[in-house]
Amino acid sequence: MSDALDTATNAAGAVPRKKGRRGQLDARYAAYKNIWVFVEHERGILHPVSLELLGKGRALADMLGVELAGVVIGPEDETTRSFCATAFHHGADICYLVTGDIFTHYRNQPYTRALTDLVNTFQPEVLLLGATTQGRDLAGSVATTLLTGLTADCTGLEIDLEDRSLLSSRPTFGGSLMCTIVNLNTRPQMATARPRVFPIPEPDFSRQGRVIEHSLPMSEDEIITKVLDFIPDTRTDKPQLAFADYIVSGGRGIGSAENFELVFDLARTLGAEVGASRPVTHADWVDAERQVGQSGKTVRPKLYIAAGISGAVQHRVGMESADVTVSINNDANAPIFGFSNYALIGNALELLPALAASFSKHLSALTDTDQGAGEEKE
Amino acid sequence: MHIAVCIKQVPDSAQIRVHPVTNTIMRQGVPAIINPFDLFALEEALRLKDRFGARVTVVSMGPLQAEGAMKKAISFGADEAILVTDKVFAGADTLATSYALGAALRRLNETEPLDIVFTGKQTIDGDTAQVGPGLAIRLGFQLLSYVSSIDRIDPSTREIVVHRRAEGGVQVLSSRLPCVITMLEGTNEMRFATMPDMFRAARFEVKQWNRDAAGIEDIKQVGLKGSPTVVNKVYAPQPKAVQAEFITGDTPMHQTDALVTRLFADHPKLAADLVAHLALQKGSSK
Repeated sequence: MSDALDTATNAAGAVPRKKGRRGQLDARYAAYKNIWVFVEHERGILHPVSLELLGKGRALADMLGVELAGVVIGPEDETTRSFCATAFHHGADICYLVTGDIFTHYRNQPYTRALTDLVNTFQPEVLLLGATTQGRDLAGSVATTLLTGLTADCTGLEIDLEDRSLLSSRPTFGGSLMCTIVNLNTRPQMATARPRVFPIPEPDFSRQGRVIEHSLPMSEDEIITKVLDFIPDTRTDKPQLAFADYIVSGGRGIGSAENFELVFDLARTLGAEVGASRPVTHADWVDAERQVGQSGKTVRPKLYIAAGISGAVQHRVGMESADVTVSINNDANAPIFGFSNYALIGNALELLPALAASFSKHLSALTDTDQGAGEEKE
Repeated sequence: MHIAVCIKQVPDSAQIRVHPVTNTIMRQGVPAIINPFDLFALEEALRLKDRFGARVTVVSMGPLQAEGAMKKAISFGADEAILVTDKVFAGADTLATSYALGAALRRLNETEPLDIVFTGKQTIDGDTAQVGPGLAIRLGFQLLSYVSSIDRIDPSTREIVVHRRAEGGVQVLSSRLPCVITMLEGTNEMRFATMPDMFRAARFEVKQWNRDAAGIEDIKQVGLKGSPTVVNKVYAPQPKAVQAEFITGDTPMHQTDALVTRLFADHPKLAADLVAHLALQKGSSK
């Protein structure tokens, strides 16, 4: 459906549009103030993306000279209340709290109603949510109900101090370019941001804040959708890519599903997770869960090895927070070398097994030295 | 049972290239396809057609060229195709899109009540996943997003039970028709077009609805005018300030040895962490 692409088409080369719209903010939005972060949780577990957004939201609020608020919606219990304290520790000044049995599990209808009601009552200028299945489900419904603009899956959030507008950046054109999207004539300015893009701030356990409780007159009878069951993912059946410290990824340059075994081999040597670029998951060489990039996972590993990946923007935004990146490509001009620390030009099918052997050799040498140096008492 | 499937014709983004000098999109020769995520929605709708004799209408908002995608959907077995197309829709963001598409679906609903509106989970060109949730609000239907399977539909009680992908697990939800379902990818496999359907598609006349036919009264809510979000800037990201170090060698083995030596020398903590990580993994696998 029509979205950023079409808007971008129209805006191509028409950068002054923002200026043309400046000052047209409707008077009814004049009072909208503060930055809000929706605090997401499922079955008593806080989603880390909310802490990442609180960290980012704190910086944005400081730039604007406004307060940062967390929005906590959930069942009436200790756990829900503890999320307010966690939000304060991670930078929030205020927490809006809505509790009730109807919020025991995430469901679109009651959560949309609660968040919409909070926005209409307390009027924030910015509302941020995680780009998760819950956050995207909720954000799309809330923005449409409020008739305000929403930018999806952002990888960058800044403030234009000239007019206090939120600048949301995300890849566009299938991930080949970046674009910055603004929402000038409606409030709140809404955006969802990808997990793992922003770092989790160091908690300050002495920080406190104000809890503002809000009640929503809604009963279970009004809610059509019921949760019959929740089947938790077992830890082992899904790659734990997002939180892996070591990742070996393969791209189109690997050539085939059979050749992809070489990527798995190197990953095994390093105890690493296996990632892939979009063409690879689209071709079904590996499971879609392994995709790194804008339409896949965002990762922040200590070491990222990219083999046969050209480095389209779509992939880059998913991995550029890696501490150290090693890239293998047969094309010396591959874009990925523009954001790698080490580059190997050559045939990935030869270099992958060689790299596995080199790592094995060096790692066992290191292990041996360790054991030699330490007095082993078995 | 009447089912609408919202699809979008998109450029095959895998084949989009950016001009290395001007940073503009090179559109020439990029083929147009049905948004791959929408195919899972269409196939799921066709399965309900097989089971319940449902009538399947594909709906799309886009330029006249999108007829190609509509005919393709007909060849897979859809019954009807409506292209919502008007110059005033150009430049729509997701809010304006859900308004125009929502109006067309409401018009469709008046002539033949809709039970389910399917969409893909997102498009490959916009990647927003916002139009599905937007449509549910516009229509006042229940939203069931990221659905991985439909377990049960009871046409008499109008109850529907689905599996929905949530964070950390799968929700089993019971809801009631009419609803909007956004289908998760990889949940089914698109059937092959049959010969008779291919012939039917070739001759099929896709209905074209302009803003009047779609029942759109407020022109301020569609297209660029109805879009609160605007693209302020399009740019190519800059390479990192740090230049990659090119590691060479006479043979692949020399090259990789040189790399690992260099990597561990530059980042001793990384090397130590990796050793500890492997020791831990070995320990836990015993």
